[in-house]
Amino acid sequence: MRVVVEGVSKVYGDRAGHAVRALDGIDLAVNTEEFVAVLGPSGCGKSTLLNLIAGLLAPTEGAISLDGELPPGRAATAMVFQEFALFPWRTVQANVEFGLEEMGLTRDARARRARRYLDMTGLAGFETKYPHELSGGMRQRVGIARALAVEPPVLLMDEPFSALDAQTRQLMQEELLGIWERTRQTIVYVTHNIHEAVYMADRVVVLSRRPGRVLAEMKVELPRPRAEAMLGEPPFVHAVERIWSLIRDQAVQALRE
Amino acid sequence: MTRMAVVNRAAFLTRPEHRGLRVIALVSLLVAWEALARTGRVPVLFLPSPLGVLAEGWEMLRSGELLGHLASSLQRLVLGFALGAAAGVVVGVTVGFFAAAEAVGTPVLAATFPVPKIALLPLLILWLGLGEPSKVAVIALGVFFPMAINTFTGVRQADPLLVRAAVAFGARRWSVIRKVILPSALPMIFAGLRLGAGTALLLLVAAEMIAVESGIGFLILHAGNLMQTTKLMVGIVVLSILGVLSHWSLGRLERLAIPWRVST
Repeated sequence: MRVVVEGVSKVYGDRAGHAVRALDGIDLAVNTEEFVAVLGPSGCGKSTLLNLIAGLLAPTEGAISLDGELPPGRAATAMVFQEFALFPWRTVQANVEFGLEEMGLTRDARARRARRYLDMTGLAGFETKYPHELSGGMRQRVGIARALAVEPPVLLMDEPFSALDAQTRQLMQEELLGIWERTRQTIVYVTHNIHEAVYMADRVVVLSRRPGRVLAEMKVELPRPRAEAMLGEPPFVHAVERIWSLIRDQAVQALRE
Repeated sequence: MTRMAVVNRAAFLTRPEHRGLRVIALVSLLVAWEALARTGRVPVLFLPSPLGVLAEGWEMLRSGELLGHLASSLQRLVLGFALGAAAGVVVGVTVGFFAAAEAVGTPVLAATFPVPKIALLPLLILWLGLGEPSKVAVIALGVFFPMAINTFTGVRQADPLLVRAAVAFGARRWSVIRKVILPSALPMIFAGLRLGAGTALLLLVAAEMIAVESGIGFLILHAGNLMQTTKLMVGIVVLSILGVLSHWSLGRLERLAIPWRVST
């Protein structure tokens, strides 16, 4: 499934009632089975963009469409949240089944589907635990399993690993790539981490500071499957440097504020 | 060079439980009371002895007198509590979730909440008569307000991120209320139930002092009129046991209903 964002702007009213332009004239197309990283400094509206694609917000201007066949009863998108957003009153299994309940699946079908994605995300044996009993990495595994379980053609990921420590993040990135090699959804992956964006994505879309505009797009010329060893190699390093040179000024400006 | 041992300067802040002291305090209070009553200096009319109260209670239990009163009281209490709590939760969720209901509900609740519910008893008797309905209604009203306000607060404290997550996974209005809003509000709902239980007991006794023939409140008033102080004390002890039991059982129920709570 293809995600098409055309001329999208989003204006918020802040507390004082002033209009704040979060996104300004965003044009973006994410192809079927493409992994696109949306990279930008904090407050550039990249989470807003994801919420717009998920249909959790309405754009002020422009339009968003999802192009492709969708079997009835299936959700087009699913979201993985930075803060995990697990339901604390649900066990791991019940969290993973949440979207399936809303799809109207029977208890058996839910359990079977949950089983598959619990196994895939390394959560076997944790089914009856509550989120507060898990580490951050395990919690986000639940978040990912919950999203994968609805088998969405488009997976939206909002800085999914930025709340994790560096080691866990590295491992989770590899795991996600491993899973994606098998499931192959379209992924829109929001991050503020250049290394992560380059390591994970087919294409990096760089957003400017508020109001968020598309500053640049760059194809990542690294072969798949990606491996940790690529992190030190010239193509990776050059890609990171090019993006850094693009957003360095922006980062410097942000620091002065 | 001198060597200084580092001592725990925060030691005085630790608060040991002193389990033994708790028991000793309670027992010695009872012993002192019993001793005072046995000296005969204080007339039984003013201060019956604890053992005397216990004996009287046992006697009333055997004759069935106490159970009769207890049954009438419990019936009013349970019915009023259930009605008030259910209505409070429904109103609290509605006012907390729907903007229009909030616009209507908050000023009405704010205006009626401060009215002492006992003051409404004569009005309720006028409307519903002297029988059971007016007694049940006053208890229900007393439970309704803390429940409605606590539920409302609980609904308002529901994490918007979780609501958004639910919607992102396809939940519609009713699913959001049932699967996110209600469980979020559950701790506040239980706090409301505890508050309501106290109010219910208070209103029960007040209601049973008007035009009834049975109930713990009636027992206390009647015994007082006849200057049967020991019987009166039995009534008071039964009420305090009811209070302790309801608090304890609500606590148990809460732990069962909220297994995801990090504490406890």
